[in-house]
Amino acid sequence: MSNTLVIHPGDSVGVALHDLQAGAEVEPTCDHVTGVVTRQAIPFGHKVALVSIRDGEQIIKYGASIGVAEGDIAPGEHVHVHNLRSVRGAAQ
Amino acid sequence: MIADSFQGYQRADGSVGVRNLVAVIPTCGCAQHAAARIASLVDGAALLNYTGGCGETEGDIALATDLLAQYARHPNVIGTLVVSLGCETLNAHLLAEKAGKGTAPVELLTIQELGGTARTVTRGVELAHQMRRRAERLNRVACPVASLTIGLECGGSDATSGMAANPAMGAFSDLMVAQGARVVLAETSELLGAEHIMLDRAANPAVARELMETVQSCERWLKATGEDFMGKQPSPGNVRGGISTVEEKALGDVLKGGHSPFVQVLKYGQRATVAGLSFMDTPGNDPASVTGLVAAGCQVVTFTTGRGNPMGNAIAPVVKVTGNARTWARMGSDIDLDASTIISGQESVEEVGERLYELVLRVSSGMPSIAETLGHEEFSMLRLGPIY
Repeated sequence: MSNTLVIHPGDSVGVALHDLQAGAEVEPTCDHVTGVVTRQAIPFGHKVALVSIRDGEQIIKYGASIGVAEGDIAPGEHVHVHNLRSVRGAAQ
Repeated sequence: MIADSFQGYQRADGSVGVRNLVAVIPTCGCAQHAAARIASLVDGAALLNYTGGCGETEGDIALATDLLAQYARHPNVIGTLVVSLGCETLNAHLLAEKAGKGTAPVELLTIQELGGTARTVTRGVELAHQMRRRAERLNRVACPVASLTIGLECGGSDATSGMAANPAMGAFSDLMVAQGARVVLAETSELLGAEHIMLDRAANPAVARELMETVQSCERWLKATGEDFMGKQPSPGNVRGGISTVEEKALGDVLKGGHSPFVQVLKYGQRATVAGLSFMDTPGNDPASVTGLVAAGCQVVTFTTGRGNPMGNAIAPVVKVTGNARTWARMGSDIDLDASTIISGQESVEEVGERLYELVLRVSSGMPSIAETLGHEEFSMLRLGPIY
């Protein structure tokens, strides 16, 4: 039974289908991601990194950019407002 | 087999209503109380809770006059009372004239001329009752789904919106478009980051250009405020629900429009005239956006909500859908349809889209939506400028 939704094959994050504990194995809805273990608790609906993402790199969900990484992100990390920044609409 | 008709009220101008309501329109905040009293005393009368009309910019007065007249000419409205104080900036006679260009009767009541609140309320109640009595003689007849205009809205979104409820609404939207209906997506500020998907589906270069200009103008305006966009888009509730950025929200939101080409770009409150999927430039603020969609002629608005939003509209049924099983369990008394079965794997996106289609036709045929049962009558206009 999968616990993480991967919406598009090119996505660098998945979505938790349940509340995931820290140290849980990520069991994605696709078969090209293996061996990822959560580094923090991931609440239902929140994102977990499926791959290594470098500082400043675009983060991909729905097959498109949802913003850029602030700091390096390791596979299994919670990806949210603390390490993902929008590049749209903000004051310049 | 997909139904291609529902039971509606055929109007003299060829449009089809799904409700028979009397709209009661105050033309300024000072006339609001008398208008609200009239609406509360007549079954089937709906207050359009407009509070501008005085000390506003010419742009706002013109927008309000046109939008309120669109409500009076809306197929769900069988008569309108314009309740004026008598000294406000908004020209109540002009509004009544524009409103009267439809097929439904329009009456203008001026508080200063009638001699105060009590006399205005008495006269207004009498007129509203007359309008309602005439409506009682109207019967529903079979009408094609192609006579519907449907609004697509989302509010109180969370991660499940993009996973379940919005894709299901997209499947529903595709079914409506296949029948020749008009379907309207909205909320420009919530589409920053998904415009490439809309541009790819523009029916022609003119629509593509208008889509791009609409999004760019919205983003310029947001930047000009000098404020951080976070906390507004996405909202604090969106963030708690797992949405981190406006781009992520947008990529989930755009799924509501399904797979159809975009055929028309509408200004706020402008009437949708082309069969197929249109886009209206509205704020992400839900009551303001839904108010604009109904002005476009939407007889019904469909509304996805992950965290739970209770709202309705003064003259159009709002049908709500959630993809979040916890929200369905906690707040299902405000929501019409559960799409969380997509996440649990019990149903496909297409199956839930078909359920929504069937539900919208039942509501269009007279079944009250939950927001109507609970008495929701939200009306909130976009305001462009300052108040003097």
